[in-house]
Amino acid sequence: MNRQLALMALIGLVMFCPRTWAELVVEVTKGQDDAIPIAIVPFSSPEEAAASFDVAQLVSDDLARSARFKSMARKDMIDQPHTGAKIGFDDWRRLSNDYILVGQLQPQGADRYNIVFELYNVLNRQRLLGYQISANKAGLRLASHQVADMVFEKIIGVRGAFATRIAYISVLGHLPSKTYQLMVADADGANPRVVMQSNEPLMSPAWSPDGQNLAYVSFEGRLPTVYVQLLKTGERHRVSARAGVNQAPAWSPDGRKLALTLSTREGNLDIYTLDLATQAVTRITDDPGIDTEPQWSKDGQSLYFTSDRAGGPQIYRVGVQPGDKPRRLTFQGSYNARPRLSPDDSQLAFVTQEDGAYRIATMDLRGRGDVLVLTRGHFDVSPSYAPNGAEIIYASRDRGRGVLALVSADGRVQERLVSSEGEVQEPAWSPF
Amino acid sequence: MTRIISIACLLAGAVLLAGCPKKATTIQPSTAGKQVGGSASTAPGGGASTNGGPLGGDNGVNGAGGEGTGPLARKVIYFDFDKAEIKPEFADIVTLSAQNLTGHPNLKLKLEGNTDERGTREYNIGLGERRAQTVRRALMLQGVAETQITTVSFGAERPAAEGDDETAWARNRRVELVYLP
Repeated sequence: MNRQLALMALIGLVMFCPRTWAELVVEVTKGQDDAIPIAIVPFSSPEEAAASFDVAQLVSDDLARSARFKSMARKDMIDQPHTGAKIGFDDWRRLSNDYILVGQLQPQGADRYNIVFELYNVLNRQRLLGYQISANKAGLRLASHQVADMVFEKIIGVRGAFATRIAYISVLGHLPSKTYQLMVADADGANPRVVMQSNEPLMSPAWSPDGQNLAYVSFEGRLPTVYVQLLKTGERHRVSARAGVNQAPAWSPDGRKLALTLSTREGNLDIYTLDLATQAVTRITDDPGIDTEPQWSKDGQSLYFTSDRAGGPQIYRVGVQPGDKPRRLTFQGSYNARPRLSPDDSQLAFVTQEDGAYRIATMDLRGRGDVLVLTRGHFDVSPSYAPNGAEIIYASRDRGRGVLALVSADGRVQERLVSSEGEVQEPAWSPF
Repeated sequence: MTRIISIACLLAGAVLLAGCPKKATTIQPSTAGKQVGGSASTAPGGGASTNGGPLGGDNGVNGAGGEGTGPLARKVIYFDFDKAEIKPEFADIVTLSAQNLTGHPNLKLKLEGNTDERGTREYNIGLGERRAQTVRRALMLQGVAETQITTVSFGAERPAAEGDDETAWARNRRVELVYLP
């Protein structure tokens, strides 16, 4: 396998409690018990599965990773039905399953498969889902993630985000010859591929709202430039290479503009918007402090950003209409930066400093502005919400190495994604 | 132990910088073969062997020529955590660089601002720029023309030393003075 395509391996699922309540150790055990028991029966006979793809295993892995489900071990299954008609409900109920997923992977000639599946409530024998998804061999992984998405949504009531992608920066090698790669992989870390490679730093990948483009900063030529790259073809456009700083691209919800951090000749960083069609630049903030890390609200009418105008970095919000005065949002602690909004704008994730460590925190934007610190690392930065808002992916460090980690938006569940080689940083979760 | 590590880091840094092709290209036009890259303990080859170049007199001034440890040979200004003020021990680098630039108006200097890894990446770009601008202003106050200086910030993206400790961080919070060819 190509070294550049260093496979990411999921190495563990760790339950963890937010720091505020020590008694949550008990809560955590309860959380595990709360996981919904489900039986995901192998979709084909073993000989068929060996020849193609293990749909049930991937669905099971996805659901387990969400920590909302506890899927039954195959060795404990007394039977392996492939259709609803063959399910002996009394037996499955006796084995303490709330739900059962059965299905088949049906070859349809040359490089064509149908995934046929049914989801049942074991307790009342109700059929909750019955679907067929068609895919070629290369598409079976994505199709299986879609099965997991549908099961997740049917039972939890929240759209699943298993069939999405993450972009991130991978850094290979050591000083003085490092290689920087902009990567895109499936949300579970599988199928990593290199979008862009450089001997100078790459940073701040941002997905366009349609998931087709990535904006990012490249230091090729040892100067910062913002590019927009179309993933399908690799074609890229230089959208900002002005004198000074060109940083922190963020797409407007309609995909027509980028918010950027640009600087004056005197090095004053402020937030601007760039109309991608007309190239028109509009200045949004004007303050001698550092204003950066912009993020649009869902309605496209305001920008959240980091500013140290009051001393240390804090998070502010400003309207995009000219002359609006920024309003400060964070007041706890001396360092709050890099805001990211949950998909429904109800919550803000950001980096906060406590006890000398950098950690991921959330702020409730609809209620009293309660702040909850979700992580326990020392270098936890770059939070990015899953498009369903259920999880936050972020960059962390493990024994001196950059890794990616996930935390559920309520802080109860945490897991890590570790690259087999080099360091990974700056994850950005794709839209649906 | 810490000392051993820091010495090892400095030595490693010396080897790395000496072997870095990027540094080798930052040669001043009128002093062929003269290294201007490097850090406190490095300055491979030093500046002492030249005469008549822009830096010749400077080496005489600081009297550290043979070892290449003079302020101009270093070309790196280090900063305290979350600070952009130039510490007194680096004032002479600024002064001598300003003399060099005002005496040779064709010289162009790029100030590369850097931070340690702590904090958020884009905010660190801002801090690195602030450091580079502090040095730029200090040079201009001493008569250097605005057109001779450009700045760039790499934030935490281009560390000089690897590691999650103060030894590495202290070496990474810096502005590198790079003369453009």
